[in-house]
Amino acid sequence: MPLSVLAVDDSRTMREMLRLALTEAGFEVSLADDGEHGLEVLDGMAPNVIITDINMPIMDGFGFIEGVRRSAEHRVTPILVLTTESAPELKMRAKNAGATGWIVKPFDKDKLVDAIKRVAA
Amino acid sequence: MDSMADIKQTFFQECDDLLGELESGLLDMEGGDGDSETVAAIFRAVHSIKGGAGAFGLDNLVAFAHIFETTLDEVRADRLEATPDVLSVLLRSSDVLADLVRAAQNDEELGEEVTTGLVEELSAFVGEKAGAPDEAAAAGGEDISFAPLGTAIDLDDVFGDLDSVEESQRFIIKFRPMPELYANANETVLLMRNLAAMGEVNVACDESQIPTLDVLDPEGAYLSWTITVQTSNSEAELLEIFEFVEDDCTLEIKSEELPDDTIEPELADDETIPAEEEASHTDVEGGKDGVTSGDNTADKDNVVSLAEKKEKPTATAQASKEKDTSDATIRVNLGRIDRLVNLVGELVINQAMLTQGVFDAGLERGDSVEAGLEELKQLTREIQDSVMAIRAQPVKALFQRMSRIVREAARATEKSVHLVMEGEMTEVDKTVVERLADPLTHMIRNAVDHGLETSETRIANGKPAEGTVSLTAAHRSGRVVIEVCDDGAGINRERVRSIAIEKGLISEEDKLSDSDIDNLLFMPGFSTVSKVSNLSGRGVGMDVVKRAIQAVGGKISISSQPGKGSTFSISLPLTLAILDGMVVDVAEQTLVVPLTAIVETLKPMPSDIHDLGAGAKVISIRGEFIPIIDAGISMGYRTEPTDPLTGVVLSVETEDGARAAVIVDSIQDQRQVVIKSLEENYGHVDSVAAATILGDGRIALILDVDSIIDRGGSAVSFHENSLAATG
Amino acid sequence: MSDTEVKSKDEALELVAFCVGDQEYCVNIMSVREIRGWTKETSLPLTPPFVRGVINLRGSVVPVIDLASRLGLEQTEPSARHVIIIMQIGEQAVGLVVNAVSDILTILKEKIQPTPDVSSEAARDFVQGVLAMEERMINLLDLSTVLPTETIEGIAA
Repeated sequence: MPLSVLAVDDSRTMREMLRLALTEAGFEVSLADDGEHGLEVLDGMAPNVIITDINMPIMDGFGFIEGVRRSAEHRVTPILVLTTESAPELKMRAKNAGATGWIVKPFDKDKLVDAIKRVAA
Repeated sequence: MDSMADIKQTFFQECDDLLGELESGLLDMEGGDGDSETVAAIFRAVHSIKGGAGAFGLDNLVAFAHIFETTLDEVRADRLEATPDVLSVLLRSSDVLADLVRAAQNDEELGEEVTTGLVEELSAFVGEKAGAPDEAAAAGGEDISFAPLGTAIDLDDVFGDLDSVEESQRFIIKFRPMPELYANANETVLLMRNLAAMGEVNVACDESQIPTLDVLDPEGAYLSWTITVQTSNSEAELLEIFEFVEDDCTLEIKSEELPDDTIEPELADDETIPAEEEASHTDVEGGKDGVTSGDNTADKDNVVSLAEKKEKPTATAQASKEKDTSDATIRVNLGRIDRLVNLVGELVINQAMLTQGVFDAGLERGDSVEAGLEELKQLTREIQDSVMAIRAQPVKALFQRMSRIVREAARATEKSVHLVMEGEMTEVDKTVVERLADPLTHMIRNAVDHGLETSETRIANGKPAEGTVSLTAAHRSGRVVIEVCDDGAGINRERVRSIAIEKGLISEEDKLSDSDIDNLLFMPGFSTVSKVSNLSGRGVGMDVVKRAIQAVGGKISISSQPGKGSTFSISLPLTLAILDGMVVDVAEQTLVVPLTAIVETLKPMPSDIHDLGAGAKVISIRGEFIPIIDAGISMGYRTEPTDPLTGVVLSVETEDGARAAVIVDSIQDQRQVVIKSLEENYGHVDSVAAATILGDGRIALILDVDSIIDRGGSAVSFHENSLAATG
Repeated sequence: MSDTEVKSKDEALELVAFCVGDQEYCVNIMSVREIRGWTKETSLPLTPPFVRGVINLRGSVVPVIDLASRLGLEQTEPSARHVIIIMQIGEQAVGLVVNAVSDILTILKEKIQPTPDVSSEAARDFVQGVLAMEERMINLLDLSTVLPTETIEGIAA
């Protein structure tokens, strides 16, 4: 069965790129526009891995990760943070919120796929 | 197939939206309306542009977006106050960012000088911070630690086996996870699996730290591992595996030059088993166990909050759905909408023909068919309005571009200008909006350059030093009116008059009203600037503006008060797609006259017609003498004027108030027609505003009333030949 | 695909030939959008004599040019037997009235000879080259000059 991935990003461009890269890699891809939408989409699905942007309107990535970690079903779902911000304090905040790992944009397709495989059970 | 190109397309579309948000956010802040969410949205816009630009390797864009973003981050974090000076730099930065996006879209490179000055100004705001991340970005990615990973995987995939034979190395890894590692959904088992993928792995688990059950923390982490890896990968590559967990464990990696000596004793008691099996085995005993039991016990609070959340999401989902239906948009290819517009046009034509046909067939009045037709007409009209609404766009984006023009013009002329915008949400047809950009730009520049006085002059005249230019849009009786208004010196009529005399546009003796003088500005070749400023001297006058506005069926007028300022007013049709017109016959040709131009239609009496000089005729309508224009002659369809008494007179009026009586042979009908461009495949033709397609599929021309009145009804140049050609 | 194949493919041209008066002209088939029977045009005022008017081509307004007249030959008196060749010239669609389509040719580019040096202005302006087919001489039409220049300027402005 293909690995399923939920990707949350407010940028249409980034969502399209993620969809392309992940679909080509054989993953099943679901997309959401922001944290709140991400939680809505997540309700009723069980992705193997979640990828999320940090800087988003309505609900940012930190809020989203915390939200995911609060739910019983998704408590142990790996979450990769996708962000252009490599500042250590942001990584730390993401980790504290419950992020499993991170990918720095502009992402390389191979790196992305590798990171997903690395954390996917 | 060409997906990356498609996504790039998406990126530029998204950039347009983001740039719009950026500018309107900055303008809100300038107007004092910005809150922290505004700042966050502005930051996100630049951030997203940078992110996408990075993905497409648009390095110039990334570099500038980066320093811009860094500055915005300072504002966001309240470390930099958004003073007017700061905002002015940010606004100019948003302009430059837009230029860079545009350049990238057109595969152009902008010179460094475009950004240099601003980069310095932005850097000054953020102090030292600016340089460093830029360098990192230039080094090919902000997170250098991530870079080697890709290489490692590639090598493994391709050469993995060969390498391990040739230069394999042995590492001893001591790894002790902390509870946080599991809390963030990292798994020891996966780490082991990834290590195993690098080579031959021996794993020893130390269970000695597991406490007795009574003190065991279900969320705790008590196991530690010693792993020996025989691999061709480097230490850095091994570290990559632990990249996500390095802060949540104690980790020690030692390279073992002499594999057979020291390690063996340590591992002697352990079986060599495949890493995965071992790991999952331990998992059951330790880490995983901790997590699973945690679900049942320690998480009571979370369970409760989750239950609350369960109800809430439905509410928020509801709310966001409602929000969606009001603001949600889809992007549709313009071609599809144009096709729909065309079809509705056909429908309009068809409905008219059907109605005609039914009544020609001699139906009784009050027949149910008549009611049905009336309903069809109503529906057609509604469909048409709805389709037009799809093409309608608020003028907001256009107005926002003007704020940039004001900024640039103010800088170039060293004047202090405040732009006030009103009615930005007024909707106009997309094509009108697009074609309005150039004339409006010119008018705004004029308002700043010629309209407003310098600060010194203003102060001397008791005005505030800062001039105001206002740009307003509103719907007025079925048209859109856009006004550009300045509070400057007003039109210097004496000067305009003397220039016009100098240029031979009028003679010394001509008696002109104030409004006549103001309208001289629209005369071709007229330019009031005696000294060429930075902005003007481009050879574009108000006559070009007037023509551009007429080209979209618009009209422009001017009013001015000495010392108080000037107002240019543009009135535009709501749509360029459909027009209410009168279908008339002229010399066996069918023409359409726009209904907006027609004041009345009449059958003249012989006593109404008067000769005036050689060949010219006027008609007296309620005591007023109006020049007669023979449509057949001005369109070059015939050379001999028709007898006004055999035709029908259309009394027409232009926006400027010029009147004429246009003679046509007969009136066919009054109906809506679909406007078709002549320019698309041919070009502009004098006296013709556009074309339309009639019910029988033939083309009819739409008369440009202003143009034939301007020419006084005379046909020019080609008409004789044209006649001969069409027989 | 071998190099020679690519090369010969590059240099082969497909042309549509048609009669204008008693002369034969041709254009690259790639610029021909469609060929249709003549229909009466709506005449355009104040245009040069060779612009016959405009027709409705599936909702677009397309100008129709009397090619004979444009080439300085006798004006065409079109009838139902005449055809309109709809050409794509740059961004614009333009119809050319001709007597009939005579042939579809595939020739090698090198078969095109330079236009013979004659005094006819039309030949210099509108003929890109000539080619010999059996007994016939076919002129290769230069489409870029067919539309009146003032129109093109008008569009650019």
